[in-house]
Amino acid sequence: MYFIKQCGYLWLTVFTGLSLLFGTQVDAKSTVKPASLLTVNIAMLAQLDKPAINLLTIDPMVLDKGELGAELAIQENNITGEFIGQSFALKKFIVPANANAETVFNEHIAGKFNYLVTLLSPEKTLAIADLAQHQAMLILDAATVDDSLRNTACRDSVLHLLPSRAMRADALGQYAVKKRWHRWFLVVGAEPADQLFADALKRTAKRFNIKIVAEKQWSHTFDARKTAQAEIDVFTQIEDEYDVLVVADEQNLFGEYLDYRTWSPRPIIGTQGLSPVAWHPTHDLWGASQIQKRFKIQAGRWMNEQDYAAYLAIRALGEAVTRTHSIAWQALRNFMLSDKFVLQGYKGSALSFRAWDGQLRQPILLAAPRSLVAVAPIEGFLHPKTELDTLGYDAPESLCKRKE
Amino acid sequence: MKKCLYVVGLGVVLWAFNAEAETIFVSLEKDNSIAVVDPLAGKLLKTVAVGRRPRGIALSADAKFLYVAVSDDNTIKKFNADTLTELADLPSGNDPETFALSQVDKRMYVSNEDDSQVSVIDVDKNTVLTRIPVGVEPEGIAVSPDNKWVVSASETTNMVHWIETKTYTRVANTLVDPRPRALTFTADSKQVWVTSEMAGKLMILDAKTKQIIKELVFEVDGVTAEKIQPVGVLVDKKMQRAYVALGPANRIAVINVANLTVEKMLLVGARVWNIAFSADQKYLYSANGLSNDISIIDLEQLKVIRSVGVGTNPWGLAVKP
Repeated sequence: MYFIKQCGYLWLTVFTGLSLLFGTQVDAKSTVKPASLLTVNIAMLAQLDKPAINLLTIDPMVLDKGELGAELAIQENNITGEFIGQSFALKKFIVPANANAETVFNEHIAGKFNYLVTLLSPEKTLAIADLAQHQAMLILDAATVDDSLRNTACRDSVLHLLPSRAMRADALGQYAVKKRWHRWFLVVGAEPADQLFADALKRTAKRFNIKIVAEKQWSHTFDARKTAQAEIDVFTQIEDEYDVLVVADEQNLFGEYLDYRTWSPRPIIGTQGLSPVAWHPTHDLWGASQIQKRFKIQAGRWMNEQDYAAYLAIRALGEAVTRTHSIAWQALRNFMLSDKFVLQGYKGSALSFRAWDGQLRQPILLAAPRSLVAVAPIEGFLHPKTELDTLGYDAPESLCKRKE
Repeated sequence: MKKCLYVVGLGVVLWAFNAEAETIFVSLEKDNSIAVVDPLAGKLLKTVAVGRRPRGIALSADAKFLYVAVSDDNTIKKFNADTLTELADLPSGNDPETFALSQVDKRMYVSNEDDSQVSVIDVDKNTVLTRIPVGVEPEGIAVSPDNKWVVSASETTNMVHWIETKTYTRVANTLVDPRPRALTFTADSKQVWVTSEMAGKLMILDAKTKQIIKELVFEVDGVTAEKIQPVGVLVDKKMQRAYVALGPANRIAVINVANLTVEKMLLVGARVWNIAFSADQKYLYSANGLSNDISIIDLEQLKVIRSVGVGTNPWGLAVKP
């Protein structure tokens, strides 16, 4: 017990008060002494975003990236750990937008940690994964959604916590099939990421026999944004009949303007309107209200996707250590990729990693701003192994050449 | 002739359902109230407002008092079980989800989900005796019939914590499969039956060694493993049969205790949650969270004989003889 507390005090910088209180109570109450002590040191490397344009002033700007989710998970891992002699410590490396994340990695993380949670751009995630290639390191990517990182550019040592764009597009596609929204009008933003989501949507359309009747590129002009009313009326006046307008605008630069302004009255789905997400404030099923509450009390705001991903990353490590009683990275990595690994993620199904690309299989929430509309996989989409694998790249389609 | 058949038929139905008159109280998580049901008549008698987000519900051993955990009001309310007039607020601690009552010494053990602890309350004096730290998100809680042990299951830590009632000390922790939800002691206090929602499993723990001694994985034809999420579990007094609610699989598994096999799967309402016996253990009642009803099961015939609509998100049940 004494050693657990020592480590706890040294490493846990934020919730020391709580763990201290807990620690002393445990000492007073528990007669169970863990036999030995395992300490798991986890590094977190996050690079802050360049300041984004905030279309909606009602949305609070969240500047920290996933940190608070990671801290909640460390705290929970340590509560469990105290019962069985395991302790978890998180060391955070937060670098500014213009700094070189690789340098920080080389100087402070390489050779010193076996476990790294990353909250980086896709390019930086890949760069760090390549630097870590010959090291005893498991990388838990809590930020990217890129399909390339899970296919041709996949890396053996990386696990991806957030659902890929393909998984999200498939979730949307399944719901569209259920609602018989077979004709899509696709509107794509000017950012490269928007094109990637549009590609995922096209893959989905092909899989589910959905027809993309028209595709238009939204090109930003100052005027267009100021006079959205007139502009969108004209922009959405197309010849073909369509059931839904599907928008790809990941940076939220124009998508919110579409609803209620289209020429024909049609629902908006995609990055705005009804959106496929890993986590959402409206989600309160399967015990989610419990973690939403815990997070909000500590963070003073709702949990976002990256918080959720960082939380899952560290909980996954905790679960693997608890089950294997080991902190050897190779053993943990193998266990996490095996079918014995099961993670509770407040989404109704047990979560696990796909051995072929390191992607966390998980249900996807289809949420409107104030209503949780559905959870994919949608009933009726079947799979011989697990229905969760109806979302995204299944083993036979995967382009990832990974050593399983 | 036809009329006669109807009368005979009605007679058979009445004969088949000859439970002693009793009352079922059902907590309705999203209606802020409890439903009062007459199972004999198969009728919802009334709905009574109790407070915000009622979940855990139980009667005192003498059936004079009804306790309801109203989680979002951070208290457990005590009612006169006959009149349903409110008598007191118990100092349950934050976010009491559910609780267990000792039938021997009027102690109440409360799972405080947000604070990762179990509160011990003297229900007569209305005071907190102590709070015991356990794992993250404690939910299922039970007192052994011999009053020696309290077991608490923590959903995120994935452990069963053993608390000795003599000293209110946590003396052991058993690691179980992910998301343990509900647990119950056998009548002889020798075993604890625990369900794991994520692994779709039932685990049997030995109260002496605190180890898992047996496991049972549930399978239902035509239902994927992901939908089989065991929750409420009960073992009958004679320890012949046990019953496990399987959540979104919409079924209750009937288990032969002697050889630990599933005898039958009973189709009930959607997302079946907690279950309760009738006083004579001839009937089983289930709270079906998503179809907003309760199912009434005849345990001699092993048949679902009736369902009664009760309100939004029924969570738990208490049966008053």
